[in-house]
Order: sequence, then structure tokens, then C-alpha cells
Amino acid sequence: MKKRSLIPLLYILFLMLPIYWLVAMSFKTTGEILSGFSLFPRTWTFDNYRTIFTDPTWYWGYFNSIAYVSINTVISLTVALPAAYAFSRYRFLGDKQLFFWLLTNRMAPAAVFALPFFQLYSAVGLFDTYLAVALAHTLFNVPLAVWILEGFMSGVPKELDETAYVDGYSFPRFFVKIFLPTIRSGVGVAAFFCFMFSWVELLLAKTLTAVAAKPIAATMTKTASSAGYELGLLAAAGTLTIIPGAIVIWFVRNNIAKGFALGRV
Amino acid sequence: MKKEYQKAWFFVLPVLLLVAFNALIPMMTVVNYSVQETFGNNLFLWEGLGWFEKILNSERFHAALGRQFLFTGLILAIEVPLGVIIALAMPRKGIWVPVCLVTMALPMLIPWNVVGAMWNIFALPDIGLLGYLMNHVLGIDYNMTQSPFAAWATIIAMDVWHWTSLVVLLAYAGLVSIPDAYYQAARIDGASSWAVFRYIQLPKMKQVLTIAILLRFMDSFNIYTEPFVLTGGGPGNSTTLLSIDLVKIALGQFDLGPAAAMSLIYFAITLFVSWLFYTLMTKDDQN
Repeated sequence: MKKRSLIPLLYILFLMLPIYWLVAMSFKTTGEILSGFSLFPRTWTFDNYRTIFTDPTWYWGYFNSIAYVSINTVISLTVALPAAYAFSRYRFLGDKQLFFWLLTNRMAPAAVFALPFFQLYSAVGLFDTYLAVALAHTLFNVPLAVWILEGFMSGVPKELDETAYVDGYSFPRFFVKIFLPTIRSGVGVAAFFCFMFSWVELLLAKTLTAVAAKPIAATMTKTASSAGYELGLLAAAGTLTIIPGAIVIWFVRNNIAKGFALGRV
Repeated sequence: MKKEYQKAWFFVLPVLLLVAFNALIPMMTVVNYSVQETFGNNLFLWEGLGWFEKILNSERFHAALGRQFLFTGLILAIEVPLGVIIALAMPRKGIWVPVCLVTMALPMLIPWNVVGAMWNIFALPDIGLLGYLMNHVLGIDYNMTQSPFAAWATIIAMDVWHWTSLVVLLAYAGLVSIPDAYYQAARIDGASSWAVFRYIQLPKMKQVLTIAILLRFMDSFNIYTEPFVLTGGGPGNSTTLLSIDLVKIALGQFDLGPAAAMSLIYFAITLFVSWLFYTLMTKDDQN
């Protein structure tokens, strides 16, 4: 038993190393970083973080990212819930084809869509708004949300629906009062995935924004190239992007394994 | 058996409209570009299937495609077995389970360009932890901005770091769904641990592993941001994967026609391989 637990331990160690390095870097002064190798910061500095929290171009980047990620999660779940219900409960003309077509959008390389998206969202006057990025990210989040929710909903016996109708529930009331609470872990997991893929995506988010809705990750890219490579600042900004992810994982920790299996275990 | 109910279409209508807006209009734009030649000033000339022919015969495309398949093949060959091994060794109950799951999922929640930047800092030859260890402790000459081999090793390591947990979590979900009675029966029969793996655990993991391989194939085949930030496609063209090459052509050189034709070929390959794989892996279930 002892030997076996060594494998996950080593793996976690491997996962933590680059993260440790990023965090350690963020507390070093630029001088120390460039002067040579040091495993721990010799002189601790919070200047990098201070810069981020006092400079609006930095902290607005975080706000922008969180804003479009939240809008995207709400839109994706709102449209995916009824669709997933339909796929899990009914047969209808073209259902299988539609399901597969939705999935193909998950396969499209984002690089293919960058330029057409820029033109499309400029044409409808949404360029550089939260809504543009949120809508663009539904391209891969809605299919995924439908897929996950359908998996969880199929695990709920149909008798639940039928009993509710016999008891005189209308469909909307049944859906909100009985069905949603039953699959709430599935909804949580789907929300987690929408958050995750919208939070980590940058190519489309960067293409669709200029100033007003610019994501934090894009601010970082610009800093990396324009300000003569301020590694400490870059590391501090990177460290701060890990925190929202860590918080949301904690909320779904009990369902995370099942969630990655798209509810189909 | 599911009930037939055509009005269910109204339930899927919002999804259909939203995805159609995002997928069909841009796709039509791409198709439109792919058959035309542009000289700026919004001047477009009909080009027919010329671009497709040129792309399919171009050495540059073949090279990028070859690198792409090599990359995807390598990361699948490493991540899938490694993920299964780790999942098998993970604790099934107790307080360590959530700790393991949360720490393992963490890399997947980091923005992709931060992953690239993080590995860049990690691998800097004299001041990064990995670069320092390689060059000064192990004595291996390691510099990914100069050696293509080092650049490849680094992007593979980065992807293994980034995504092996996906396979672990999926395989783990499959494993915990096996009832204890199966293991008890195996113990009574005196089955070896290999037999337990081969006849109980592996079949139970088949469906989730299908999902894992599909997701890893699609995502690694479309990978752009991480290698772009880490190596920028270099040294030379050695790590220029398909997406990086595509963006170079489309936005760097603004050759919309060839870029669009390449996009469509690229998309078709992803679609075909995914479909093929999905059909092969789920064939047994239908019988």
C-alpha cells in the first residue's frame, strides 16, 4: 500500500514544481531574477503584486476576464438545460445528427475562427464588449454543457417526471422545483466546465477585445513583449490567474471526477 | 425506450440558434475566402479549388501536419497509460481523495498562455529551475531556444503536465464506479492483479477512456497558445504546429485564401479522425 501511494505523490510533486517556480519568481526582484539562480527569493518583495493592484490596466484585466466568464457561464447553462433535457428524454427528428453536429463545434480549431469572429462581431457592433467574448465562447461551451448535462439527466429515472405530472405539476414548475434540485451536482459540474474553458481560452478573447474588455491574460502578453520582459511582474500576474480556478475546483471537488466523465459513468 | 416527441425541437432551438450564429456564419466566411484570391482593398477574385490543390501539395503544409501528428501521437502515448497508472494507484476513500483531485485538476484551470509563460520561466537555461537542473546539476546541455530536440521535449513535458490529469480524473471516475462485489468475486477466484485489471477494471474504464482519448485528440490537435508562448514555433520551424502555421499565414501574411483553405482541410482531418475513432471504440457497445 505504501509503495502504491508513491505514484500519485510523485505526480503531484511534478505538477507543483512549475507552479512553485512561478510563485517563487513573483516574490523576487527583477535584479535577483536576472542575476542568477536562487531556489528561494533572497529578498522578498511585494512590489510586483503592488503594481498589479494599483495599476488599473492590470486589475481591470482581472475584472474583465471574470465578467465575460460569468456572462458566458450563465448564457451557456440557460440554453443548454432545456436542450439537454430534450436529448435525454425524447426522440425527435434529427436528434442524433444534431447532437453530433453540436460536438463537431468542440473540434473546430479556435485559430480557424479567429478572423471570421473578428469580422462577425465587428459587423454586429459587439467588438470589444464582454458580451462578444461571452457569446464567442459559447461555441465550445454550449456543446460541452449539453453533453455533460445530458449525461447527468439520463441518470435520473423517467419515473420521476411521470410521478410529478400525475401529482399535477406543470412542466416549468416540475423542472425548476423538482428536476433541477435532483441534478444540481450536474449543473454545478457543467458550470465549472464553462468557467474553466472560458477562463483559460485566450486566442478568441484577445481577438475580440481591444481596450474595454481586454482579458488579464492578454494584458500579460503585452507586458511580456513591451516592457522589456519583466519576469517578476509576469510571474505575479500569472500566480493571480491561478487563484479563481483553485476556488472553483474546491466547490466541485466531490463531483469533479464524475464531471470529467461527463456524467457518463 | 425514449418517447417520440417532435415538439422537443423547441427545447433545443436556443442552442441551435446560438451555435449556428457562432459556427455557420464564420464557417461560411471561411468557405468564401477559401475559393477567392484577395489583393487588399476588398478586391476579391474567384480562385475555385486552386488553394485547396496548392495547400494539399505544399511541403510546408505536409511538414506542419507531420509535426502535428507526431505531437498528438506522442502526448497520447504518454498521457493515456500514465493517467491510467496514476488513477489505479490513487486512494479510493479518505481525506486524501479530495486533496489529490483538487491538486491534480489545478493545471487545467490555468489560462493557456500562463501555462506557456510559466514553462518558459521554468525552462530558462540559467535562471529557471528546470533549465538550471538540466545544465548545472545533471550536466545535460539544454536550451530550448537553440536545440529543436530540447524544444520538443519541453512542449511534450508541458502538455503532459497540463493534461495528464484529465485522463487520471476520467479513469478514476470509471474505477470508483466498480462495485466492491466484483473485487470480492475476483479474490475468491484467486485472480491475479493483472487479471483484475484486464477483465474488471479495463472494461469498466473503456467508455471514459474513449472520452479521454477523444478530448485529448481534439484539443492537442488544435493546440495553439501554449506552444506559441513557449517556443513561438521555433527554433526555426521545428515546433510550428498546424494552428501556429495557420495563424502565421492568416494574420501574419494576411493570405486569407490559402489560410481559409488550410482551415477547412485542418477541420476536416480533425473531424474525420474523431469520427473514425469514436465509431471504432463504440462499435462493440452497439452489438
